[in-house]
Amino acid sequence: MDLNFSESDAAFREEVRDFLRSNYPADIREKMERGVRLGREDFVRWQQVLFERGWAAPNWPVEHGGTGWSATQKYIFSTELALANTPAIIPFGLSMVGPVIYTYGSEAQKQRFLPDILASRVWWCQGYSEPGAGSDLASLKMRADRDGDHYVINGTKTWTTLAQFADWIFLLARTTSDVARKQEGISFILADMRSAGISVRPIITIDGEHEVNEVHFENVRVPLNNLVGEAGKGWTYGKLLLQHERAGIAAVARSKVRLARLRQLASETPEGGEALLADPVFRRKLAAVDIELLALEYTDLRTLSAVATGGAPGPESSILKIKGTEVQQAIDELYMEAAGCYALPFTPELYASPDIDDAQRIGPPWAADTTPHYLNGRKVSIYGGTNEIQKNIISKAVLGL
Amino acid sequence: MDFSLTDEQSLLKDSLERFIRSDYDFDTRRTQLRSELGYSQTTYARFAEFGWTAVPFAEEDGGFGGGPIELMILMEQFGRGLVIEPYLASIVMAGGVLRHGGSAQQKARWLPGLIDGSITGALACQEPYGRFDPARVRTRAEHHDGGWTLSGHKAVVLNARDAELIIVPARSAGDVSARDGISLFALAQGTTGVSLRSYPTVDGLQAADVTLEGVVVGADAMIGKEGHGLAILERAIADATLAVCAEAVGIMAVLVDKTVEYSKSRKQFGLPIGAFQALQHRMVEMFMEHEQTRSLLYMAAMKLAAGDDDAGRGLHALKYQVGRAGRRIGQEAVQIHGGMGVTDELDVAHYFKRLTAIGSSFGTADDHLGRYAG
Repeated sequence: MDLNFSESDAAFREEVRDFLRSNYPADIREKMERGVRLGREDFVRWQQVLFERGWAAPNWPVEHGGTGWSATQKYIFSTELALANTPAIIPFGLSMVGPVIYTYGSEAQKQRFLPDILASRVWWCQGYSEPGAGSDLASLKMRADRDGDHYVINGTKTWTTLAQFADWIFLLARTTSDVARKQEGISFILADMRSAGISVRPIITIDGEHEVNEVHFENVRVPLNNLVGEAGKGWTYGKLLLQHERAGIAAVARSKVRLARLRQLASETPEGGEALLADPVFRRKLAAVDIELLALEYTDLRTLSAVATGGAPGPESSILKIKGTEVQQAIDELYMEAAGCYALPFTPELYASPDIDDAQRIGPPWAADTTPHYLNGRKVSIYGGTNEIQKNIISKAVLGL
Repeated sequence: MDFSLTDEQSLLKDSLERFIRSDYDFDTRRTQLRSELGYSQTTYARFAEFGWTAVPFAEEDGGFGGGPIELMILMEQFGRGLVIEPYLASIVMAGGVLRHGGSAQQKARWLPGLIDGSITGALACQEPYGRFDPARVRTRAEHHDGGWTLSGHKAVVLNARDAELIIVPARSAGDVSARDGISLFALAQGTTGVSLRSYPTVDGLQAADVTLEGVVVGADAMIGKEGHGLAILERAIADATLAVCAEAVGIMAVLVDKTVEYSKSRKQFGLPIGAFQALQHRMVEMFMEHEQTRSLLYMAAMKLAAGDDDAGRGLHALKYQVGRAGRRIGQEAVQIHGGMGVTDELDVAHYFKRLTAIGSSFGTADDHLGRYAG
């Protein structure tokens, strides 16, 4: 048992750090630090910085533009991106549809789509959930009926993150309704968001933001060529996509950054007041979350070590999503509590815009978005399979119940 | 970054696993627990034969030079078997003080017996109002005729009744909680002025409150330097804390497995109770708590082994988690086993008791959270 990274891995970490020091755009960094809303172009520009360096898609096979990194290098890379507080990589292209296309797509689809995904020239969104199909995704109703050399698509997708920015959507739709199991007859289809009959309706989230949407399809004609793999196998493909990205699923490094910042803020003495860190109750709550996160970090590392030494991830890897989101939400709560009475003002026009400086914010600048962030953050235990669904999976797959 | 064991460590683990599985059955353990001694001397002699009692000691002292990782491996298996032999008190605690602070003469006098299992030891590391702080020592040590006179009261000393050697911290200078001024003394069994009030503990082990009244010892009984015993004591307690945490993780693993298995066979309302989602999710919680605790155990053992500056904080994190998760896993295991879970007949109840006892040994979850928080 050894806590240290090998010399070559440590050198790799230095290489990543050097790169980030000189290539992480200062304006995006400042927005991230101030909690200002990022625009489409911020995400794209950052992903293109990584692309230029050849680091856009560490998980992809080398022949499609991947890095050929070891599991440990991928872990280090994702950790360093988080420690540098870089924007999250938008997953829909690089982590989701890309791997499905290079695994199951035709040669023509690979050539047509992969280069644009890799270079973040095309923005993708994900058409999975429907108003009547959330946790029970296989009960989805969207239909894709054949008509000559096209599918005609009808139905509604929901919770479609950043669809307002998207050029393309990948979706699960029913191509056969006469099936024994509801998981059958579902196909994985790619659609151009400019197609006639697609309309996007914003859903405003609890923090007042426009992050998710409903996407309606009314007689949308999509060429048969846009079917990925075989018709009716979409459920299998879609599941692969959900388990593809392991590195970073627990969000350990991001939570560490947030917790360290909170400790710093809580140690500062406000004028005429007392530092929150002087309160033993708050200090213990902080310590309890810190320990939970430390445990999670080592659970993550155990998984990494198993994979890096040629084994499969152990049963402990199944808990990363649940524990990771629990820790994120616990940190959200602590920030809100730390903000005191300044947890109340709701002023997105002051904190979300890059043009308003800190002095114009109400209360301590860092406090401005703590409650909206807490409110929005309730989503993390809901999306990507609720934590209850995750527990069902562990119960069945790991405990054999 | 590597969590795999060396070949030697794997061998140690395999031999322990084999022994616990085939030679340490629950019914024999129960019979031994009810015997006058409270454990099996024959079994303890086998621990010595296998070399397990020698693991933590240096090679020049007749040991194998094992460290925190080896201790963790041993104790996790002892937890799985719910071992009642006095390895913790004798080898980890009393042996630990000698290992970290004993002179060559003291080691020569005591270690061969501890290692071959012919004698056992005890460490009187707490006092009635000490609240798990080893620096809170009221017991006095006064100079006397070239030696020392000791007087005071030691609380819940594990294995004191049967130990040939009791190590006693006593204060020769300073206030009740001063870090300086504590000296350690090796007392042979039967020393005049030492009286014991012995009792079983909730988990079936033996302990005693020890009263020292004008106990006269020679200068050669002092372990380490006068007034500088605390650092030695703390190292032994750190080892013991890691040891009981590893034991607890072994117990947790057994409780998770036994509960899941039971829920597959126990039928109510025409279904195995494991088919009910309310119970499934609770068992998943038990599983997650166990894995998170195991992660912290590896972290703490690796940091101790590496001599990391952060090792002390790592232990606080671990012991907090063991206390908190141990309570939850133990309670859930009992709850899901239903009425049987609160009987003396079922092994689960005994695992729960030991886990509960560990929660009140070397500091509770709250004590360690407080120290971690600073």
